[in-house]
Amino acid sequence: MSIQHHPDDELLVSYASGELAEAWSVLVATHIALCTECRGKVRAAEAVGGAFVADAVPVDMNADAFEATMARVARQAAEPAVMPVTTVGMAKPVLPQPLRDYAGGDLGALRWRRLGHGAYHIPLVAGRGAPTARLIRIPAGRPVPEHGHNGLELTMVLQGSFVDGGTRFGAGDVETADSDLEHQPMAEPGQDCICLAVTDAPLRFRGPIARLVQPFIGI
Amino acid sequence: MISMLAISRESVTPVIRGSSRSGSSFHRNRSGVLQNEVSTPEKDAPPDWSAVLCQVADQDRAAFAALFAHFAPRVKSYMLRLGSDSMQAEELAQEALATVWRKADRYDPSRAAASTWIFTIARNLRIDAFRRRNHPEPDPNDPALVPDQPVSADTVVAHKQDAVRIRKALAELPEEQREVLHLSFFDDQTHTEISDSLGIPLGTVKSRIRLAFGRIRTMLEDEE
Repeated sequence: MSIQHHPDDELLVSYASGELAEAWSVLVATHIALCTECRGKVRAAEAVGGAFVADAVPVDMNADAFEATMARVARQAAEPAVMPVTTVGMAKPVLPQPLRDYAGGDLGALRWRRLGHGAYHIPLVAGRGAPTARLIRIPAGRPVPEHGHNGLELTMVLQGSFVDGGTRFGAGDVETADSDLEHQPMAEPGQDCICLAVTDAPLRFRGPIARLVQPFIGI
Repeated sequence: MISMLAISRESVTPVIRGSSRSGSSFHRNRSGVLQNEVSTPEKDAPPDWSAVLCQVADQDRAAFAALFAHFAPRVKSYMLRLGSDSMQAEELAQEALATVWRKADRYDPSRAAASTWIFTIARNLRIDAFRRRNHPEPDPNDPALVPDQPVSADTVVAHKQDAVRIRKALAELPEEQREVLHLSFFDDQTHTEISDSLGIPLGTVKSRIRLAFGRIRTMLEDEE
């Protein structure tokens, strides 16, 4: 797999610091499961966090803190262990973790909701005013309804590919679109294109029908 | 000490200690400390915490006691900075170190310095405690994960030096870049909140973070 388009460094730093909202974090985590380059960058950013911790002004722990911590360890050891999910012999999934946990399984197990124009979606992370994450499935060779943004939208390809403004995005690639961009991604022929899309504001669809439908489909 | 006793004798009401606000302002007043510490050369070579952590993985209690004495007060400091009150910071620091003991066998010195690994544990615990959710992360055992390139023995040695080299890199950053990076990791501020609190455009915050991070990565790669 050759990944050409990556999330911004600033987003990776924000993910590493723990300040990034959940929806964006799901996308970064999914991308770094597939992209060793960005995984390395996240590790470097975490090392910055480590250096800040190493340099933090120490604050005295309680006098009995060490004993209390060892007692805590003993209590935890007494709890029944959670059996790890076995992955040995499992066919290689299309969706990497942590995305499978959010979606409720790999591609075969998903429950798609109709979005119109032959497209489907599954909301993953939603919240009032908070950034939202969802899976989108665009039929092979078909466009996503043309839309602009009130904010930032990141789209990561998981299967298939799409072309937007002459640029091709394949599996693992992340397209960054801001409020200035009116764009019309088009799935390439051959295979439905499945993407993880994260937005920090509702999309503005062009065209009267799309605008009428938008409040009801919740995207 | 004497004056504190005198006060407590006069005051029947217990003094409320370490509210989250007073906790952070205490540290905020000392924002220059990082700078001073990084520029002070250490006389004694610091312990090799990666090696100590590997001993902890072998259930070495003495090694853990040493690691605890060093890192627990720093993790507590991190939790206070990020808005915990004193009791919660103590609780989270204990939980973080208990997790270090429990998961030490998963620590891979070829991938991260000890301080980096401990930071990620502390970060995940506070996200869990404050936001009641997990930090979404890839699963290293997931068959869908694209594995890392194999690492050389040199890289293992290099990671041990990460904390020292990043300190040096941080000290060489322009103040405005170091400031946004420190706020991002140590003040529970999103980049939008940093933009508000410093009164600079969000685009400027982002570009300072990109520049700072780019410089640090260049310095790390140059010395590898």
